[in-house]
Amino acid sequence: MTESSTETELFVATARAFLDRHATLSQHRALHSENRSVDPAWWKQVAELGWTGLLVPEDLGGGNISGSGLHDLAAIAEQIGHTVAPGPLHPVSTVLAGLVDADNRAEHAETIRALVSGNAVAAWAVDEPGRTFDPHQPTLTATAAPEGYRLDGVKDRVEAGAQADLLLVTARAEDGLRQFLIPSDAPGLSVQPQRCIDLVKRYARIEFDAVTVDESSAIGHSANASALIDRQCQVAIVLQCAEAVGILETVLTMTVDWTRDRYSFGRPLASYQAIKHRLADMTMWLHACRGITAGAVDRVAARATDATVWVSAAKSYLGEHAGPIVQDCIQLHGGIGVTWEHDLHLFLRRITLYRNLFGTPSEHHRAIYRSARSSGPAA
Amino acid sequence: MTAVESVDAFAARARAWLADNMPRLEPDAPSRAGRGDEGAWLRARELQQRLYAGGFAGICFPREYGGLGLDVSYQKAFDVEAAGYEMPLILNVPTFTICCASLLDVGTEDQKRQHISAALRGEEVLVQLLSEPGGGSDLAGLITRADRDDQGWIINGAKTWSTSAFAADYGLLLARTDPTVPKHDGLTMFLTPIHAPGVTLRRIEQVDGSDEFCEEFFDGLRLDDSAVVGEVNKGWEVAGRLLFHERRAVGRGSEFASGRGHERSEDSYADYFTLAEDSGVAEDPLAQDAIGRVLARRMVRDCLVEHVASAMRDGTLPPAAGSIIRLFHSDVTFLQVDTAMEIAGPLGVVDDERGLLKVGERYLSRQTVALGGGSDEMARNVIAERVLGLPREYAADRGVPFNQVRHNEARNERRQPP
Repeated sequence: MTESSTETELFVATARAFLDRHATLSQHRALHSENRSVDPAWWKQVAELGWTGLLVPEDLGGGNISGSGLHDLAAIAEQIGHTVAPGPLHPVSTVLAGLVDADNRAEHAETIRALVSGNAVAAWAVDEPGRTFDPHQPTLTATAAPEGYRLDGVKDRVEAGAQADLLLVTARAEDGLRQFLIPSDAPGLSVQPQRCIDLVKRYARIEFDAVTVDESSAIGHSANASALIDRQCQVAIVLQCAEAVGILETVLTMTVDWTRDRYSFGRPLASYQAIKHRLADMTMWLHACRGITAGAVDRVAARATDATVWVSAAKSYLGEHAGPIVQDCIQLHGGIGVTWEHDLHLFLRRITLYRNLFGTPSEHHRAIYRSARSSGPAA
Repeated sequence: MTAVESVDAFAARARAWLADNMPRLEPDAPSRAGRGDEGAWLRARELQQRLYAGGFAGICFPREYGGLGLDVSYQKAFDVEAAGYEMPLILNVPTFTICCASLLDVGTEDQKRQHISAALRGEEVLVQLLSEPGGGSDLAGLITRADRDDQGWIINGAKTWSTSAFAADYGLLLARTDPTVPKHDGLTMFLTPIHAPGVTLRRIEQVDGSDEFCEEFFDGLRLDDSAVVGEVNKGWEVAGRLLFHERRAVGRGSEFASGRGHERSEDSYADYFTLAEDSGVAEDPLAQDAIGRVLARRMVRDCLVEHVASAMRDGTLPPAAGSIIRLFHSDVTFLQVDTAMEIAGPLGVVDDERGLLKVGERYLSRQTVALGGGSDEMARNVIAERVLGLPREYAADRGVPFNQVRHNEARNERRQPP
């Protein structure tokens, strides 16, 4: 065993121990019943564990364990799935992925450090009301103004939008796509929380009414905005997929144990071939989900030119399979599976949330089609 | 060679040799690889002979049996170099990765020296003779008999679904040598000549017109003791080796496979784009969704194979996990066949100048993938029982002497080809 794989194992085990203690399913339920999302002190602890800095180079205050921060972060996301933990790790990581890739990242060094240390939280404002996931075609406008730019428009379903100190806003300027990082208390900006299907995740709609920003808040330039947005999408989506893999593994293990222990007509449920075959199919789907997620993580980490296509393959495959797997696990649990008391719905909620954000399976299928058709046969 | 050659030096030597001696693959004209085609087998033997003459055959087989006795890193390096060349891929399964690999485990010294060497020289093709017309998934319930007399063994019975036996020289045949004990305990594996008195071979014509599979009838075929592989009545253990090596081969985990290309090229991207254009739905979002799903599923398959094979290698998953890969091949194939059918619409069932009737014809043999190499249902049993460890299915023949177990009648009539 290599030194780095041992260190990675230790890192993941530490994460698991932390989550088992500080992000249990009963704490998940408590946050919901108290109408809270996440404790700031909890988030500081997460930052101290190093999760927020994995995508950030050491000279900017970050650091990774295995040599590939994205692999480390995906491993953490998978652990988060085991207990569907709360927290803005996805939006913060996604914003950081954009910041550290920007050609003017040195100008944002202070912000990067604040995000890594957990002193600030950032959210990516990319989607817009009534529109499908189309990050390269924002209607929110950035108009040239004496101070820099004026932002007008509405962003929607922004994860941690009401909790964030900073918003990374994707906008259309006269010279093309631009992204700006602005404080969430900027004048002209109003935030409206949106209900969502998850019990502890938080989303918000954000209106920009003549919000002025200066050039120093720009992330990158119009020439590379599109590449930064691609990278941010890739990171956001593979984290969702990795977390979903953790969820599926937990739910399937729970269900296999249940069918072993539960007797019906004098036999364990798990002795019926009809049940065994369904569990076999679900096992195959789980391994397929794990395989394609690992494949997508590898390609995003390596910055492969076709990384976006692999991310779409993972997103669409998990989108079409994760929900049905959890639903069938609920079916095998029987009536208890549809009660509020049983934890299965906590997992189903997160899986369902992820299925329809950052592109539905069908949207990603069509993206793969377009990409493959324009690039022609691969090898 | 005086000192041990490094992998890099070996790869460099292979690169130069391949360039001078092996035909390059033409991307637009896929090489002949149909297993039902006699010419493809002659071609494979010829290519194998070239590899042998050049000193690149059997990289991981021991030197005393005609191989190079090198470890898998040399084979992997060779596969990288051989990527753009026509290779005798159809010899990998079952000849090298299953039959020769199992002989290496349990064969006699003579069997190894004779058959592994001949296969590496491109002079011998081996197959498995396991399934029977009267049996399905219950392999150990087979009824082909091997009876002993003063001069040796007499084989009577029938085997079926042997891939390309018409092109093979020898088969590993599992037969019942003791019907008075429970089914697994009375079987023996024989190394059987295919073209010998007492063997009649018939090619099975499938719905799609292919005829790579064969059926063999044994009427008093005589074998002597040298044909026994492993021990008498321990044939189930030998079959276990075959199965073990088959799973490794399916999981691309066999060091005995040489060359990595796709044996068949029904996976090309152009297929579905051309199909959509021919069917007039290239701009239809529903068709684009369906085709995108197929492309995604193929990527998932490649990642699944890689993930499961590596988990099997490091022991995270048991060898039985090969059944996950096996089952997924059905999943991908069903999706591909069904999607093509959906896109072709009426053109898939009534032909016109676009020639899409082939899509409908392919649909007719959709289930082949879910039956060959063990049915989907058996794969699900294996995953449930040996990957998840769930309770085993009830079996009425467990522990019962075979001659007291109900089984299907031997099918003696020979169906004549039309």
